[in-house]
Amino acid sequence: MQYLVSVIDDKENPGRTDRQPAISEFNERLIAEGHWVFAGGLADTESATVVDNRGEQAVFSDGPFVESKEYLAGVWIWEVPDLDVALKLATEASKVCDRKIEVRPFR
Amino acid sequence: MTDAREAVTRAHREEWARVVAALTRRFGDLDIAEEAAAEAFATAVERWPADGVPPNPGAWLTTTATRKAIDRIRRENKRDDKQKEARMVHDDEPPGTLGVIDDDRLRLIFTCCHPALAVEARVALTLRMVGGLTVREIARAFLVAETAMERRITRAKAKIKAARIPYRVPSAEDLPARVSGVLAVLFLVFNEGYLATGSAADPVRDDLTAEAIRLTRLIRALLPDDGEVTGLLALMLLIEARRPARMSAGGELVPLHEQDRGAWDAALIAEGHRLVRERLAAAAAGVAPGRYQILAAINAVHTSARDIRDTDWSQILALYDQLVRLDPSPIIALNRAVAVAELDGPEVALAAVDRLEPRLAGYHAFHATRADLLRRLGRGQESRAAYDKALELAGNTAETAYLTRRRDQLR
Repeated sequence: MQYLVSVIDDKENPGRTDRQPAISEFNERLIAEGHWVFAGGLADTESATVVDNRGEQAVFSDGPFVESKEYLAGVWIWEVPDLDVALKLATEASKVCDRKIEVRPFR
Repeated sequence: MTDAREAVTRAHREEWARVVAALTRRFGDLDIAEEAAAEAFATAVERWPADGVPPNPGAWLTTTATRKAIDRIRRENKRDDKQKEARMVHDDEPPGTLGVIDDDRLRLIFTCCHPALAVEARVALTLRMVGGLTVREIARAFLVAETAMERRITRAKAKIKAARIPYRVPSAEDLPARVSGVLAVLFLVFNEGYLATGSAADPVRDDLTAEAIRLTRLIRALLPDDGEVTGLLALMLLIEARRPARMSAGGELVPLHEQDRGAWDAALIAEGHRLVRERLAAAAAGVAPGRYQILAAINAVHTSARDIRDTDWSQILALYDQLVRLDPSPIIALNRAVAVAELDGPEVALAAVDRLEPRLAGYHAFHATRADLLRRLGRGQESRAAYDKALELAGNTAETAYLTRRRDQLR
C-alpha cells in the first residue's frame, strides 16, 4: 500500500531550516526498512506555473494553483502495510522535518 | 411467537457486535459485515417464530450472515478476481484465536475508534458497528439529520477502507493511548445521555447511558486488567445509580444536595463501590490511578454518604488535588472549588472560581457555580446576574428549569 506523504510548511511560521542532515538520516532508515519509494523537496511556490489547456488555447499562470499561507514543501511516497505504520512514521517525520505532515493513500 | 421475538431482541443486544466483528475479520470490509449482519437478523425475525429459536443464536446468526456475505460477494464479483473470491469464501484463518486480546470485537472497537477518524465519526461508528444502533437512532441521539449521520458513517467507513486503517488490536506499546481514545468515545456517549444538549431533546437519554455502560462492560470483559476501563465503568455506574433522583416530577434537574438518596439504585452503587475498591487495592499495591479511577473514587465518596451532611468533603478535596495534578483542566479546578466551598467556605471558593474566568467565561457551569457561591455569600444582585449568564449558556432543558427557579428565589 502506497501513501503520499506531504510536508507542509507555513509562510507565516516556517519550520527550522537546519533539518537536512536529520531528514537524510531518516531517509536512510526508510530505505533500510523497505518503506522508501520516492522523496523530494520542492522549490518555492513562487516558482510554480499552472497550465490550463482546457479551452481554446493554453493559459499559463504564474504561481501555485492555490494561494494560502500553508503550502506543500516536499513529498515522500512510502510503501507500508497499513495506515498505522504510515502514521507512526509520519509522527517521526513531523519531528524530523519540524513541519506538519499529511498522509494520504493512493487509490 | 413473542418468545421468538424477544430472543431476536436479546440476540441483537448480545450478539450484534460479535457477528459484525467476525465478518469484518473474515471479509475485511465493514460494509459487507454490517449489511450481512443486518440481513441475518432480518432473517431471524422471519424464521425464528416459525422454526423455533436455534440452540446457539450467536452461531446461527454468524453462519447465516456469512452465507449472506458470500452470496453478495459472488453477485458482485461475477467476472473479476475469482481468486479473491476463493480467498474470502474459504476461511483459512483459525476461528476465534484464543486469548482475550485477539477477540474480534476488540479489533472492531479499535478500528471504529481509530485516531485518524474525527471524534464524531468515532462515536457514530462505534454505536453503529459495535452497539448495533440504527443510523436513525444515532441521528436522533445527537440531533443530526438522518441523511447527515448516514453520510458521516459512510465517509468514515470509506476512509477506513481507502486509507487502510488496520483491523487489529494495537501493539502493546500503543495500547494504553489507544484504549484511552476508546474510553473517551464511550464517556462522550454516556455524557450525552446524562445531560443531553438541545432544547428539543429529552433532558436525559437513558438509551445512550445504557449503551455506554453496556459497551464499557464489554471492554472490561475484554481488557480486565486495564484500571482505567474499570474506573470508567465504576464512574458510569455510580452516576447512573443517581438517575432516579436526578429529575423532579416537573422535569427540573435536582442537584446532588437536594436529591432523595433513598431513590438511588442500590445495586448499581454496590457494583460501582466494588469496582472502586478493586482499583483502590491496585493503587495500594503501587499502580497509579488514572483520571477515570479518581473520578469514580470521588463519586464513591458521594454515594457512600447517607446524607449530604455526612459527605467526607476532605476526602473529596484530596481526590480532586490528585486529579488536578493529572489533568490541570479548568473544569476540574471548577469542580474542586465546590469541595473547597464545603470545607473552607464560599468566600475562599469564590476566589478560586474567579481565577478561572479567563478560561471558563463561555461555560455555563462556571456561571452556575459562581451564582451559587454568591447566593451563599448574600450577594443577591451579583448572584442573579451570574444565573442569567448561566441560563444564556445552558443547553439542557432540565438544567435550565433548575437555574431559573434558583434565580427567581433571589427576588
